Order: sequence, then structure tokens, then C-alpha cells
Amino acid sequence: MYGYAGIILHVDLNTGKTHVEKLNEDYAKKYIGGIGLGMRLWLDNSKAGVEPFSPENPLVLALGPISGTMFPTAGNGHAFVSKSPETFAIGEAVAHGTFGAEMKRAGYDAIILKGKSEKPVYLWIDDESIQLLDASHLMGKSPAETEDAIKDDLGDYYIRVAAIGLAGENLSRIACIINEKTRAAGRTGLGAVMGSKNLKAIAVRGTRDIVPAKPDEFMDMVKEFHERMKGPATQKYRTLGTPENVLVHNALHCMPTRNYNNAHFEGADKVSGEALNEKFVAKIIGCSSCAMRCEHEVVVPEGPYKGTMTRMEYETLWAMGPYCGIDRLDTIIKGMELANYYGMDAISAGVIASFAMDCYENGILTQKDLDGIEANFGNSEALLQLLEKMGKREGIGDILAEGVRIAGQKIGKGAEKLAQHIKGLEVTGYDLRCLKTAALGFAVSFRGADHNRHGAYAFDVKGKVDRLKAEKGRGKMVRDMEDTYALIDSFIVCKFSRGTYYKELADMAKLYRLVTGIEMTPEELKKSGERINTVARLINIREGLGRKDDTLPWKVMNMPIPDEGPVKGAFVSQEELNLLLDDYYESRGWTLEGVPKAEKLKEIGMTDLLSIVKGKQEA
Amino acid sequence: MVKIHERKFVSADPDKCVGCQICEYICSWTKEKAFNPLKSRIRVVRVNQLANMAVTCRRCEDPPCVAACPRDALTQSEETGTIMVDMDKCNGCGWCIEACDYGAIMLHPETKVVHVCDLCKDEGEPQCVKWCPEEALSVVTSDVLAQKARISAVKKLFQESKEKK
Repeated sequence: MYGYAGIILHVDLNTGKTHVEKLNEDYAKKYIGGIGLGMRLWLDNSKAGVEPFSPENPLVLALGPISGTMFPTAGNGHAFVSKSPETFAIGEAVAHGTFGAEMKRAGYDAIILKGKSEKPVYLWIDDESIQLLDASHLMGKSPAETEDAIKDDLGDYYIRVAAIGLAGENLSRIACIINEKTRAAGRTGLGAVMGSKNLKAIAVRGTRDIVPAKPDEFMDMVKEFHERMKGPATQKYRTLGTPENVLVHNALHCMPTRNYNNAHFEGADKVSGEALNEKFVAKIIGCSSCAMRCEHEVVVPEGPYKGTMTRMEYETLWAMGPYCGIDRLDTIIKGMELANYYGMDAISAGVIASFAMDCYENGILTQKDLDGIEANFGNSEALLQLLEKMGKREGIGDILAEGVRIAGQKIGKGAEKLAQHIKGLEVTGYDLRCLKTAALGFAVSFRGADHNRHGAYAFDVKGKVDRLKAEKGRGKMVRDMEDTYALIDSFIVCKFSRGTYYKELADMAKLYRLVTGIEMTPEELKKSGERINTVARLINIREGLGRKDDTLPWKVMNMPIPDEGPVKGAFVSQEELNLLLDDYYESRGWTLEGVPKAEKLKEIGMTDLLSIVKGKQEA
Repeated sequence: MVKIHERKFVSADPDKCVGCQICEYICSWTKEKAFNPLKSRIRVVRVNQLANMAVTCRRCEDPPCVAACPRDALTQSEETGTIMVDMDKCNGCGWCIEACDYGAIMLHPETKVVHVCDLCKDEGEPQCVKWCPEEALSVVTSDVLAQKARISAVKKLFQESKEKK
């Protein structure tokens, strides 16, 4: 095969035994790779109702067909898939860097990890040699420290490592998996699944050649995309980066502030992308094969956190800044570094800290409950203390590390309402009360509250629709975006490069053809996008989720935006949500309960999964 | 003998290099029609997120790699300064690799003989320089590097004296 390595590796952590199987070519074309292939493999290798921390819950690591080539941004991504300990639904997270390209050169499209090692181990993949090595000396280390230690141990500084930190070891439900120190497979708590298997890290070295099926045409396409990468489509990411959103969202009053108590932050100027770039950004670096470069490396030049260095993006800046009412960039940067140090999803960690602050201000958690922390909104010290406690699972941090939904349930006394999540996953930096296309996208997202499954906020933020209106037609808009986003994460290319695919699916189909040599039309690709979203839905149905879970955070539906301005009073009513969901399900060919209809599964070639929807076709 | 103004090599500006490895990909593609950093004659080093730099052959005066070779497999072109490897003589012992202060001569993973940058002599120009999106790579001589350093030092001095006024 071209593009694909053609091999899937199975590792049994109980016994240390491994075996390989051939990649099913039908799956390759149908599910592409990345999250698509990963989710299908997870489904095939798991039983309904499996506990996320059970050894029987497979952790799948999957690459796309483009990985390892020099196509801009496409060479470098990898996806983790498993049942999420946060949402108890399908969990997946994508990261970029160089890890994915290295794994492709080692000769694998996917790795399926099952079982649980008796002792802490790390997986060392050296082309066809697979070993589980002792990791007892790595326990407690941060992902970055682990990476350095493994490179030292194995004596090769070009080995690529993806590792968990203390949070993953301690089964924190917001634990992530970090490669190359700053790149995280962040969302849905998959670092804890890795921790539950006693697997500290995956180290890989690959020495094989990667060759596209149609080399000359492929290189012409690379050349053209190099030019596009330097153009307007990526300008935002190359200049201010995603933190540009701070002032954009704030002006539109769609930046959730102080745990959704406001939609506008008075201190936004102090934490803007402009301020970050002026005072803190030291260098913008790139992933393997990328011709754009977006990774804003920041360094704190002075003050108590002097020398702190990390990567910074909008979502994490928002979560630890405006969402906690904090207007100090040095604190936010320190907070981000702590999240990376312990290996926590920095979005979730910030949202949970803000939740704790809200509980404190409402008297639900006292200073005593919080181990002495005066957790008012805007208290920088409190944020950092809460993050430390979450990372170590000390005191109140032990509860908070359970994720905002479970923490809300455990704390009780109305804390559940202050827990802003969908399907258990913490919200991100878009105020859904005044972005109603985004609200639908978030509600139906198979991994819970997240902007990265659809990007539907773009219609609202760019003024392409009336963002305060819930109306028919939004369903199809969300659905089309979901299909494209699923393909992006399955190829795997970088979402920041999406604007360079001028002809969208036609460009992507061409890329697929040139790399793999497999015929692919834009129409077939569209169907693959639909199939990937459908397989995720089928998994969630198998795991007991349904329409009731396609909902919105409590405050989005019950607390109108209080701020004077363009969207005062906005919220999403149950009627509006119902209308949006009906419209979306209809556009997908699903029942009103959100179950894919049998004829839809037949139409997109998924009859092998009909058993999941059997008996659920009424309504 | 090649003159000082003619001994050209590829140099990376660490302020501009972002560690993206495009030079590695295009080098291995140009030389071997495969994407494989191990077959690239230029390698990227990322010491940390802020310190990135691509490294390749500097075409030294009295190159230690040539001196180290026990089999006389390496010679330096008098015309261009390029290190030339006699594939028949090289047995991959690695003494040249050890001798090179820059790690710029490397063992090919399959042929097991060493390879080193030849400025893409068959292509007319080094492809890494042509493809680098950051324009971080350039073909220079030691003299040009010294000139650049002098110019920026003097510019800085005048800038500072201007600011003081």
C-alpha cells in the first residue's frame, strides 16, 4: 500500500505479547485514518458498556494516510481514541508535532493497546521490535521530563515520545497525553486511560521510507500548498495566532467570563493576543512538515514567574484567564505550564478552577473545603493553587480532578448547576447563549462540549447567520462542518490549514488519491465524513447515550447574558434546542431520538453495524 | 585550490529556523526519492522550543573527516570544497562521523556508507534553501557570515548611539 503502512499493531499489556494484523483496505477507504479509523477499530475491539478504566477498554493510537509525507501539516498528526472516563462516551484527541510521522516510518497505521501491565512500563517501538520497558524510574515525572529521560535511556535524541504526567498516573479524568513537551492530545481524559493501563509513555523510532503513490503530481501539489500556506488563509495563525480571538470574542460579547456569569471580560485588553505577542511571545515554531508555523512559544520576562516557558493558544488562555476572571498573562502562562507539567487538559483544568471559584463565591465551597484557598474570581494565586492540587489530587484537588460533572455531583448543594459541561466534557471559549449555530454543534458533538468537532461558531462569529436565532437550516450547516472536521482529523491534517484547501473536499480527495493511489472522489469523501460521524454516534448509542445527552450546560439554558450590550438577555431555551436538534437529526437521516435510520446505514455502507440500531428505529 | 570567497555551504539562521524539518524531507526526496530524515544530508536540532537549527556540512578547511578516514574514502574537491565519498572504499566505520564537530556527516541506513551535503550539485542549487519557508537557510561562505555579523554589530552600535541621543 501507499500512504498507509498497511499494518495494525496489537499490544497486550497483561502479557506483553504483541501481534500485527493487516489493515483492512475497505476500512482504509471508508474510515480514512486518524479518529475515523481509530473509532472503528475501538468499536471492533471493545464490548458494550466497558468501563473506561477497565483493562478491556482499548486505547487506540491511529495515524492518517498522509502521515510521514512532506505535505504541509499533514505529516505530523496522531490521534488517540478510547472510551472517555469523563464522558463515558467515545473519547478522542488529536495532537501534532513529529510523533505521528515517526510512527508511520516505524511501519504502523494504528496501535491497539489492551490490558493492564502489572508494573509501570513504557512501550518502545523500534521499527518491528516492540518492547515493554520498566518505567518505575519515570513515575511522577512530567511528560517533558519523561521524554528527556527516555531519550537518555535509549541513547537516541531523535526518538519521539508521547507521555502522561502525574495526572494520568493518578487517573485524573482530565489527564492528557503530551508529545514534544507542548503538544497535547488534550481532550476527553485519555491520559487517564493510559494511566489505568500502567503505561507511562510510548516511545517510537522509525527508519522506513515514506513514498507517495504518484510522486510527481504529489510534489506539484506540495509546491502549490507551500505557496497557499504563505497566503491569507493562514495569516491569523502565523501572526497573532488563536489568541487573536480574545478581543474578537469580547467585542461580540461571546467570551464566557467567570464561569459563564458574564459574556464579556472587562480585562480583555490585558490578556489579548496583542498583549501576549508584544510582551511574551519569544518565538513561533512549526511542526514537522508544516509550512505555516503557528506554535506561539511564550516566556515570562520578569516577576514571580520569570523564565516560565510554554505554548499558548486561545482556548487555554481563555480558560485560565477570562473564564477565571484573571487578567494577568504571567499567571495564565504559569497556569498553562502547570497543566503541561502534570499532564492535564488545560481547557478543562481552567474551567474546573473557575467552577471551584463560582462554588466559593456562592458559599457552596468554603475556604476550609478549599484547603484554605480564598478562591474568588480573579485571584491569580488561587488559580495556581487549585491547579497544583488538581495535578497532585491533594485535598479538594482530588474531587476536582474527577472533571467538572462528577465534581459537581460529589459537592452537591447546587454545584451541579455551576458545572458547565456537555456530556461531562468541560466547555470551551464560545458563549453558546449568543452563538446558536455553535450551540447546536456543541450539543451534538460526540465527544462533548467542544469547538473542534464542527467549527460551527464561524457562521455566528463571522455574521453569516443571525447568531441569536435558532432556525431550520442550522442542522445542515453543522452537519456539513462536522463531516469536514471529521475528515481533517482522520487524514490527519491541521485544522489551522483548513483555509488552504480552496476547493475543500475536491482538494482533499486529490491529496488522498496522490498519496494512497486509491481512487477517491469528493462525493465519496463526503460520505466518509458522514460515516465517521455516524460510527461515533453508533458507539455512543451502544454506550447508552441518546437525545437526552445532546444538551447544553445549565447556565446556557437558564441564565441569560446579563451584560449590557448587543446580546443582553440571550440564552438558549429548551424549545430552541429541540428545534435545532430535530433539524440536525433530520439532515443526518436519524430518528427524532437521534438514532441513525437503517436505510441511512445501508446508504453509506454501514450495514455491518445495523445490530446497534436494531429495535431503536421507532419515532 | 578553492578560494575563501568560493567555499560555499548551507547555513541556518537560528533566529529564523523553526525546526519544521522541511529541509530534511526535501533533501531525502531529492537524493533518494523517499521521505526519510535518516537519508537527509541536513538535520534539524531542537534543543528546546526556542532553540532550533538545521545543521549540514560546513566544508571546512583541512576537513577532519577526510583526515580521519583510514581507507582514504573521503576527499575534498579542490574546486568546490565538497566532501566526496568513494562508495567502494567506505566501509561505514564511522571515524569521519566521530571527527566531524557538527555531526554533518552521517551513515546511510541502508547502504551503510556515509553521506554528506553536496549542495545538490545535480540540481543546480540546494533544494533545502529553495524550499525553506522561513528563508532561514542560505548558501554562504565564511567570509559572508563574517560580513553579516560585522554589519549587524555596527548597525546595533549606531542604533544604540542614536537612542542615547
